[in-house]
Formats: sequence, C-alpha cells, structure tokens
Amino acid sequence: MPARIEGHAILRGPRAEIDACQSAVEQAMDQHGYGREALFAVRLALEEALVNAIRHGNRHVPDGQVDFQWSVDGDEARFDVRDQGEGFDPDAVPDPTEDDNLEIPSGRGIMLMKAYMSEVEYRDPGNHLAMVYRKSKGA
Amino acid sequence: MANDSSRLRISAVNDVVRIDFVDRDILDEATIRQIGQDIQRKLEPMSAPKVLMCFTVVEHLSSAALGTLITVNSLVKKKGGTLRLAEIRPEILEVFYITKLNKHFSIDESAEAALKALA
Repeated sequence: MPARIEGHAILRGPRAEIDACQSAVEQAMDQHGYGREALFAVRLALEEALVNAIRHGNRHVPDGQVDFQWSVDGDEARFDVRDQGEGFDPDAVPDPTEDDNLEIPSGRGIMLMKAYMSEVEYRDPGNHLAMVYRKSKGA
Repeated sequence: MANDSSRLRISAVNDVVRIDFVDRDILDEATIRQIGQDIQRKLEPMSAPKVLMCFTVVEHLSSAALGTLITVNSLVKKKGGTLRLAEIRPEILEVFYITKLNKHFSIDESAEAALKALA
C-alpha cells in the first residue's frame, strides 16, 4: 500500500485550478484503491465545496483566495477548504428537499456534500469546511 | 435537422425538442450558464413545447446544473409544455433522489420511453 499522499493548493477562481485539484485527488485515491463510487462521491463534494468557497465564501473579498489542503491514505480521504470570507451559519440554509423549496434553483450544495461524504463540518465562523470520506463508506 | 450549440445537440423528433448533452461533466459555471441560455433561446418562441433532455454521456453534474434544469422546467411549465429527462446513469439518478428532485421532474429510463410519453 502506498504512503499517505498529501496536497495543498491556493485557488483564486479559474476553473483550471479546480480541475487540477480534482485530478490530483482522484489520482491519489486511485493509487490507494478507492472505487468508482468513492471517486464519484468525492468529486461531487469537492466541486460543491470549492465552488462555494470561491463564489460565495469570498464573494465580498477582493482578490480572495481559497486554501485547499487534502490527504489520502488507505482508509480515508480528508479535505480542508478555507475561504477568506466572514463565514456563515450552515444551519440557516433552507432544506432544499422540502416540497416548498423544490423549485428553488440553488441551495443544494451543502446537502449533497453531507450525503456523499462520511463527515462534513463547518468550523467557526463558517469559512472553514472540513470533510472526510472513509473508504468503508463505499464498501 | 440538428441545430448544434456548443455544449448541446438540439434536434427535432416529430414535435419534440430533443436536447442531448455533449459533455461528460456539467460542472463549470460558465458552461452551465451557456447551456441554460441556449435552451431558453430555443424554447422562448415556442408555445407548449414538448422537451426531452437526454443525459446519455453525462457522468458528473453539480448542484448548479440541477439549478439550471429547475429553471428550464419552470420555463417549460410556464409555457404550458412538458419536460422529460431520460437516459440518466444510476450515479446521477441517485443525485436526483437524494435531492428529491425525482419528485419535481418526469424521468424515463430511455429516450424511447420519454418520446412515447410525450407523444
């Protein structure tokens, strides 16, 4: 089994930066034997996490950056996404699965991350997202 | 006759507007915005449009893409038309179930089944 693989990136917004991060994580997970279901889950969650941080977290931060740290080993993949915004209260986001909210086009990113990852935690003041995917989840 | 926009293949099947995605990933915000605009431009002059969207090649989509589908569905409904989605891979279909959007959209296993339902 290969050693733990780690990565760190600073994202400023261009799509190519997100794609590069996704590609590096996917490669590391592949090396550690994660299956197709795991790769799909992590790719979806990371997409939502990174786009949220860039578009929403740093919305009012001129030239804002997103700090992305990750590690993958044989048991789990861990991700930390930090933006430079003032944060937010994730519990205040309306439940998009309620009948009254089904026609609202936005607001599904957080619930998708929670559905596909083993752990999702927004740390105070809400501009640091920590996520874990355990290989056993996809078993 | 097919009418190709950059990220979609739009064609007519009898009185149905069939829209096929050409990309495996529907993730990039700019691409998603363009897809929404292309579809709205196509449907804008139509009355009671019958629309089929096929996801045959789509392997990943984001919540932003779901948002665009909801906007398209609202437009179609506003015009008194019908939208059906088809040929969605199991992994993507799960996203619809998790978000309960399977209750919001009419989803068929195949394009043929969707076309039959739209006839």
